[in-house]
Amino acid sequence: MSLREITERLAGVLDRDAVITDPVRLRTYECDGLTYHRATPGLAVLPDTAEQIAAVVRLCNEYGVPFVARGSGTGLSGGALPRTDGVLIVTSRMRRILEIDLPNRRAVVEPGVTNLAITEAVRDRGYYYAPDPSSQQVCSIGGNVAENSGGAHCLKYGFTVNHVEALQVVTPDGDIVELDARDPGYDLLGAFVGSEGTLGIATRITVRLTRAPQAVTTLLAAFPDIETGGVAVSRIIAAGIVPAAIEMMDALSIEAAEAAVRCGYPEGAGSVLIVELDGPEEEVRHQFGRVTAICSESGAFEVRTADDPAERAAIWRGRKSAFAAVGRISPAYIVQDGVVPRTALPRVLAGIDALSREHGIRVANVFHAGDGNLHPLVLFDDAEPGAGERAETVSGRILDLCIENGGSITGEHGVGVDKSRYMPRMFSDDDLDTMQLVRCAFDPRGLSNPGKVFPTPRLCGEVPGVRKGVHPLVASGQAEQF
Amino acid sequence: MGTAADALEKTGVTVRDAGDDDAVAGVRPRWVALPESAEEVAALMRASAEQDLAVVPVGGGTKLHWGLPPERCDLLIDTCCLTAPAEHAAGDMVVRVAAGTTMEELAALLARNGQELALDVPLEGATVGGTLATATAGPRRFRYGTARDLLIGITVVLADGTVARSGGKVVKNVAGYDLGKLFTGSYGTLGVIAEATFRLHPIPAARRWVTAAVAPGRLAAHSLALAASQAEPSAIELDWPAGGPATLSVLVEGAAADGRARTVLDLIGEGRIEDEPPPWWGRLPGGEGGEGDWSDGSDGSDRSDGSYESVAEALVELRVPPSRAADALAALPRPAETSVRGALASGVLLLAPPPGAALPAYVTALRAAVREHGARAVVLAAPDPAALDMWGETGALPLLRRVKERFDPGRRMSPGRFVGGI
Ligand SMILES: Cc1cc2nc3c(=O)[nH]c(=O)nc-3n(C[C@H](O)[C@H](O)[C@H](O)COP(=O)(O)OP(=O)(O)OC[C@H]3O[C@@H](n4cnc5c(N)ncnc54)[C@H](O)[C@@H]3O)c2cc1C
Repeated sequence: MSLREITERLAGVLDRDAVITDPVRLRTYECDGLTYHRATPGLAVLPDTAEQIAAVVRLCNEYGVPFVARGSGTGLSGGALPRTDGVLIVTSRMRRILEIDLPNRRAVVEPGVTNLAITEAVRDRGYYYAPDPSSQQVCSIGGNVAENSGGAHCLKYGFTVNHVEALQVVTPDGDIVELDARDPGYDLLGAFVGSEGTLGIATRITVRLTRAPQAVTTLLAAFPDIETGGVAVSRIIAAGIVPAAIEMMDALSIEAAEAAVRCGYPEGAGSVLIVELDGPEEEVRHQFGRVTAICSESGAFEVRTADDPAERAAIWRGRKSAFAAVGRISPAYIVQDGVVPRTALPRVLAGIDALSREHGIRVANVFHAGDGNLHPLVLFDDAEPGAGERAETVSGRILDLCIENGGSITGEHGVGVDKSRYMPRMFSDDDLDTMQLVRCAFDPRGLSNPGKVFPTPRLCGEVPGVRKGVHPLVASGQAEQF
Repeated sequence: MGTAADALEKTGVTVRDAGDDDAVAGVRPRWVALPESAEEVAALMRASAEQDLAVVPVGGGTKLHWGLPPERCDLLIDTCCLTAPAEHAAGDMVVRVAAGTTMEELAALLARNGQELALDVPLEGATVGGTLATATAGPRRFRYGTARDLLIGITVVLADGTVARSGGKVVKNVAGYDLGKLFTGSYGTLGVIAEATFRLHPIPAARRWVTAAVAPGRLAAHSLALAASQAEPSAIELDWPAGGPATLSVLVEGAAADGRARTVLDLIGEGRIEDEPPPWWGRLPGGEGGEGDWSDGSDGSDRSDGSYESVAEALVELRVPPSRAADALAALPRPAETSVRGALASGVLLLAPPPGAALPAYVTALRAAVREHGARAVVLAAPDPAALDMWGETGALPLLRRVKERFDPGRRMSPGRFVGGI
């Protein structure tokens, strides 16, 4: 009912073609990159401006209707999963780069601009936008802000949150506010980044641009097994070197990449390590010498280097294709995303191997080894009865392994709908309730992307006054009052 | 003894009566508590909630006079004894540390394994908790960012005694909201920071400083060229004492520091390359010979050398788009009497206003003069904070207030110290 009224009232706010009610067209938005959660949005809108978004959000407030932001829909945790009873606000028409300000090393862009488009706009002037998710050709900067996305190079350069200087945000009650890192006050900008669309919609983003490094060298080292590769990683870090990226692939993922893109990695490798070094030329040369030596000492049987973009692309091709490539060796798969302290990698990989054997489910391991971010690809045959469930079990148990080893249930894909049930394993009720205070400050009515991130959000209620009377701890017998 | 004192005593935490020395920006608390763990902080906070006591947390006391005076202050929670041994996971390049640990102690511990927290602290004796609460940072912010960029996990105690944690001990982690960001720079108004986990960096093989006197008219061009340099400086600092010459000092770090320093030197066109920083490096402006640290109090009276008085009296932080920093400095009121120091290429500069200036008028003139350059001025410390608008304009004030209301509905955490009287 209310959706119909909202649709009618939107006529004064949005062009007719920016309001989608046709069920067939609505279906195109039914999922993000995590395709096994699906819901057709009640209504979808394609606004052009922050003011239009604010108007839509205010209407949602008036009718108590939930809304969900969507960028490019590449999210891997179901963050942009629509609500059948709500409005999906798609930023794909907001693709303008508003300002490039090289003297201040920043760019101001609309949320629908793709990650790569920013780099492309400044590359020939010697700059780039550092966070580089593998999905960078398509994913939107608004989605990156919501997910605090990282990339292979975040080991050295940090995540989205380290590269956003200001945001214009439509708050969940429809106000347009500016969050600027230079303003005094709580770091609401920092709290907003990574909030997965639950604290409002980013409508304009000021990102920091990074000067291109003078030199880049990429090397590929092949090891007989995963352990020796792991030893090399530890030694590189212990040598005080912070490479731009250290990526690792195990035998199964190499096999898949080979089948898919013929990446030509050394034959017989039990693991490969891709190490990228960048910075001032002399510095890179020095580090390169050390890293090559460390790899050889650790048991690498072949080390290849790339100094130009073409050779570099050849080395990266296998790694970048890994997710899609497993489709060549398995009818179906789950992409997992967990983090462990780097020193726990050997133990956790052994644990994953044990899980894989126990359940008869193959797991291909691709990971950002430098920061302990694992992307196990859990392979199964969806035609085989029960295989999907077993794969789910393995995938979930991997997260438990991450938590047990002091890690996290997600390093870059976010919690979304997919992992909200794991949040209580990583955080206590008090932790989650405290996070909920932030949510309630921004979105007391819980209309902005509800059902994501938190398992069972509490109602915010009125702001409580000074607590008088019996303290809950007293009431529950855990404390005495005198 | 009243019931509040009884309630505090029942917590079992060491609590003493406050003296004049315990005043927070001139406001004297009734009690000072010395908890040794997050649990003890929680017990104190529960007792305070029960008794409606206003609480101010304090670290090393180095910046206790920053911010506005609290509207009321019954209990000072001195975090000095939150010193559980730090867990330095060198292989993971992270450290978990209790809030009362001083930054010097932390640095010494990390150095044993060749690592460091890449955060410069302007004042000796500052604790981890105090550094986070005031979000102080120094020269290397240009390369490494500030505390919020290096913090990966935090444990806090809220006004009602809830102990909450966010983040963790892995650098890459996007599970849940990042409470660490919210508490960094919150001036004790949201709760007590009990513990923090940071990402670390290896101590670089070598460090070189390129230092040169520069003509003020060249500052903008130098800043731009240095920031864009592929020699990748870690810091680009300006020191411009009142009435003195402007000096630039640029830090490069790494095994190839020598060669990179020469590149930097060529860019500036003159100067010297040294293994040590200039004496003023990373210090607050206004002192002589770089000793502008004023770690012991708001009035500077116990300084043996009266020349630091101006430092102790007032400090203003200017935030400006880097390309406009030189213009903003050129527009300063009473430039010859103002000392400036800070991260030129980051556009974060500290000013020591003219000694003895009527601060409210100076600050008003300053804000008016720099506004057209996109600069904002925050008064970090002032002898009479109530006489002026310390924080200046900020966006999103209603949202800031709503966050405060949720975390501290009774307004008992450092009430009135922060932006907009939060
Ligand atoms: C092949 C592949 C590789 C990937 N590689 C990486 C990787 O290396 N690193 C990484 O971090 N991620 C990676 N991802 C995940 C994904 O690309 C990122 O999470 C990305 O940031 C999502 O952007 P999007 O525009 O597609 O957002 P969507 O999927 O549309 O939305 C994601 C979330 O952001 C919210 N949102 C979208 N726009 C806004 C806005 N303007 N304001 C507020 N909230 C908003 C949505 O509500 C949703 O919760 C990969 C995904 C794929 C499919």
